Amino acid sequence: MIEVNDIHKSFGDNEVLKGVTTSFEKGKTNLIIGQSGSGKTVFLKCLLGLFEPEKGTIVYDGSAYSELKPEQKRSLRQEMGMVFQGSALFDFMTVEGNVMFPLEMFTKQSKSEMQDRVNSVLKRVNLIDAHKRYPAQISGGMQKRVAIARAIVMNPKYLFCDEPNSGLDPKTAILIDNLIQEITEEYDITTVINTHDMNSVMEIGQKILFLKNGLKEWEGTNKEIFKTDNAAVTDFVYSSDLFKKVRQMYIEERN
Amino acid sequence: MKYLASIGSYFIMLREVFKKPTKWRIMKSLILKEIDELIFSSLGIIIFISFFIGAVVTIQTALNLTNPIIPKNLIGFTARQSVILEFAPTFVSIIMAGKVGSYITSSIGSMRVTEQIDALEVMGINALNYLVFPKIIAMLFYPFAISIGMFVGIFGGWVAGVSGGYLTSADFVDGLQLDFIPFHITYAFLKTIVFALLIATIPSFHGFYMKGGALEVGKASTTAFVWTSVAIIIANYVLTQLLLG
Repeated sequence: MIEVNDIHKSFGDNEVLKGVTTSFEKGKTNLIIGQSGSGKTVFLKCLLGLFEPEKGTIVYDGSAYSELKPEQKRSLRQEMGMVFQGSALFDFMTVEGNVMFPLEMFTKQSKSEMQDRVNSVLKRVNLIDAHKRYPAQISGGMQKRVAIARAIVMNPKYLFCDEPNSGLDPKTAILIDNLIQEITEEYDITTVINTHDMNSVMEIGQKILFLKNGLKEWEGTNKEIFKTDNAAVTDFVYSSDLFKKVRQMYIEERN
Repeated sequence: MKYLASIGSYFIMLREVFKKPTKWRIMKSLILKEIDELIFSSLGIIIFISFFIGAVVTIQTALNLTNPIIPKNLIGFTARQSVILEFAPTFVSIIMAGKVGSYITSSIGSMRVTEQIDALEVMGINALNYLVFPKIIAMLFYPFAISIGMFVGIFGGWVAGVSGGYLTSADFVDGLQLDFIPFHITYAFLKTIVFALLIATIPSFHGFYMKGGALEVGKASTTAFVWTSVAIIIANYVLTQLLLG
């Protein structure tokens, strides 16, 4: 579980996060949504420890990040997996090399133990046949799955995803969403996903945090988001005609 | 002020490179890979440039020594001094600032653009140590490449001098042995090591701290080449004054 207490983060005079308080539960897919410039990426980077908030605390299963010693911070980082927007696979390594990389860096496992672990996670993401290929030789959806495999290979306690299905067709995007949700439940990890994809919100939004201008505007579940009367949320959620129709149907049904 | 800030950041980067070292097993393979990419893949261009530079220096010296009182072996002497003291270490290093330097900036810059450096940092890896340290160690083998450049440069001079009929082979070899000061070799290698460190670190700095997209990677490569060349020329002057002055 991750507890965030009143975090503030500025860049020069620009205060990006103005005091966000929330919590992300274990075994659930927690989504951060909001318009561009609402502070989603900065918030996620604070959770990852890449940015240090000026004020407030982030507590990972009882340990406040700001109070940890550098060695403890490093250990905590090794318990985090991250799926980047552009996958961020090392292009000079094969799929297998990318997934094996964290094991080589942080464990003392033998080559065969590492190979077994890599095979098992590649199998989990349905990529066992692509292990000898380079990132440039596989599709965007496959790259995302490799990124997920790399993120979970160390059995992380926390999984962070930045726009995991951006640039993917809707069908592949749903596959990636479902894979993340299955892995979250299977490995019982705390997953935080930064997205503005409404399909993801509907599919896997077990907890949703809506940010606006660096502040928490609303939080709830994917079931609650369609019922809320919060103007900023409805404005964001029903920005497309399709979702406007969905809301209309919902209102008509309710009446 | 901006330049001072950049110079400060550069020295902070150098300090960070040596912190939190990567596992030796992994570092060893990274170093070997960089030796292959930075040194061995540059040998061809070093040999090519050195041969023709040596040849041109010899021809120009011969054409300018028209006085019959001046001994012909002076052509060999001049070729040796020019190639060992300046052309092999400095001129080739400026070419390498373009070839190796732009490779370093663009490879690290591309990793920055595609979030690969962020991925390393999220994993708790010292990205500077992982990416820059192997390049610094690999570039310590650069004097080996320059020594080949020196040999080939002098050989180019001999080929041009003898085949062009400017002097005999015996005169050229006699000139090579004339007033030989072994410290000149030490001086040439000392400055080659300094240039190697500049070629490894300045382009790394520009790649690592670049912001933007693919276009900025290109701009960073150009900027890195300019600043590496400037640093080499200044270092050349300072080292020459300190060691020979």
